[in-house]
Amino acid sequence: MKERTYEKYFRQNRLPHIWCPGCGNGIAMKAIVLAVEKQKLPRDKTIIVSGIGCSSRASGYMDFDTLHTAHGRAIPFATGIKLANPELNVIVITGDGDCTAIGGNHFIHGARRNIDLTVVLFNNTIYGMTGGQASPMTPLHKKATTAPYGSVDRPFDACKLAQAAGASYVARSTAFHVQHLTSMIAEGIACKGFSFIEALVQCPTAYGRKNKMPDPSEMMKWMRDNAVMKAAWDKLPEDKRTDKFPIGVFHEQQTVEYTKAYREVIELAQGGRK
Amino acid sequence: MSTEILLKSERCKGCGICVSFCPKKVLGLDTLGHCSVVHADACIACGQCELRCPDYAIFVDKKVSA
Ligand SMILES: Cc1ncc(C[n+]2csc(CCOP(=O)(O)OP(=O)(O)O)c2C)c(N)n1
Ligand code: SF4
Ligand code: SF4
Ligand code: SF4
Ligand SMILES: [Mg+2]
Repeated sequence: MKERTYEKYFRQNRLPHIWCPGCGNGIAMKAIVLAVEKQKLPRDKTIIVSGIGCSSRASGYMDFDTLHTAHGRAIPFATGIKLANPELNVIVITGDGDCTAIGGNHFIHGARRNIDLTVVLFNNTIYGMTGGQASPMTPLHKKATTAPYGSVDRPFDACKLAQAAGASYVARSTAFHVQHLTSMIAEGIACKGFSFIEALVQCPTAYGRKNKMPDPSEMMKWMRDNAVMKAAWDKLPEDKRTDKFPIGVFHEQQTVEYTKAYREVIELAQGGRK
Repeated sequence: MSTEILLKSERCKGCGICVSFCPKKVLGLDTLGHCSVVHADACIACGQCELRCPDYAIFVDKKVSA
């Protein structure tokens, strides 16, 4: 067999991972290491930080310096790492609950500061780890243990949220579109500012089984059939958009990056002294 | 076409994603629920199975002729 060079980024003795059969997290994790390889990030200058959730367990399988932190708090930990050593490439792995429920405030403020992190949200639209409670990204009328008749809470569009809060780079892809997802993450890594990539992933166990889609392949076919590339989406009439969703780069605008701005404060405070 | 399919069965969880996305019906699940090759000759080395396997349990290469 030809060598799969990305395998060096996995902690071989930890595989197979703990995720359920067909869980999309494994696909998103591979897309991240492929993107790291594509951008030639040195392994000893790359840090993976995650919160809590099925998705956040990814850090345990990745052979970098990794931090598995507290629920919702991956971005604050990552902010500390980046400020202490701005040379490091810091990648955050988070879930829809982790990032937009308990960690929602940290998320918007990370974007507002425009600190140079690459945040990859594994969006399975549910609290997977705790058995399927609705998250702020559960689609309308979909079922969860906490929404047995379907959710009536309007979901967040985390991409729009990131953009409005000030992120430099915002994109979305899915576990079906592996190569596209990889390039969305790679572009996010290249962007010097707060980069946010939403990766739609299937959770057959906690979400699929409750919503008449227990087969992971069916969930991925749903992604294939309903994701629309941004250019085509922009031309799609409103009445044809029902159940469909856009993927691609939604926003790219580099403004002052936080560690740079902070460096100036340090220099000012030191009055030119070393 | 000559292709080589390598299965790392110790990683396979039998989710069936590779089976569903194979355009040539090369793959199936065996009685233990693991991925197995059922029509090796039909494989066109498109890589769809490897691309989407969430457990990195299947690898496909074009066979280099000796
Ligand atoms: C402070 C705190 N509150 C609640 C929990 C319980 N908890 C663990 S994971 C989780 C939700 C995870 O959902 P998500 O971030 O979407 O990750 P997923 O498991 O779906 O990948 C919750 C509420 C916790 N670990 N810590
Ligand atoms: S519960 Fe869902 S998200 Fe968690 S490992 Fe299983 S399939 Fe994946
Ligand atoms: S996709 Fe991977 S884990 Fe799933 S059945 Fe095929 S080889 Fe096994
Ligand atoms: S490489 Fe393509 S044809 Fe061959 S087994 Fe995989 S999906 Fe099927
Ligand atoms: Mg989730």
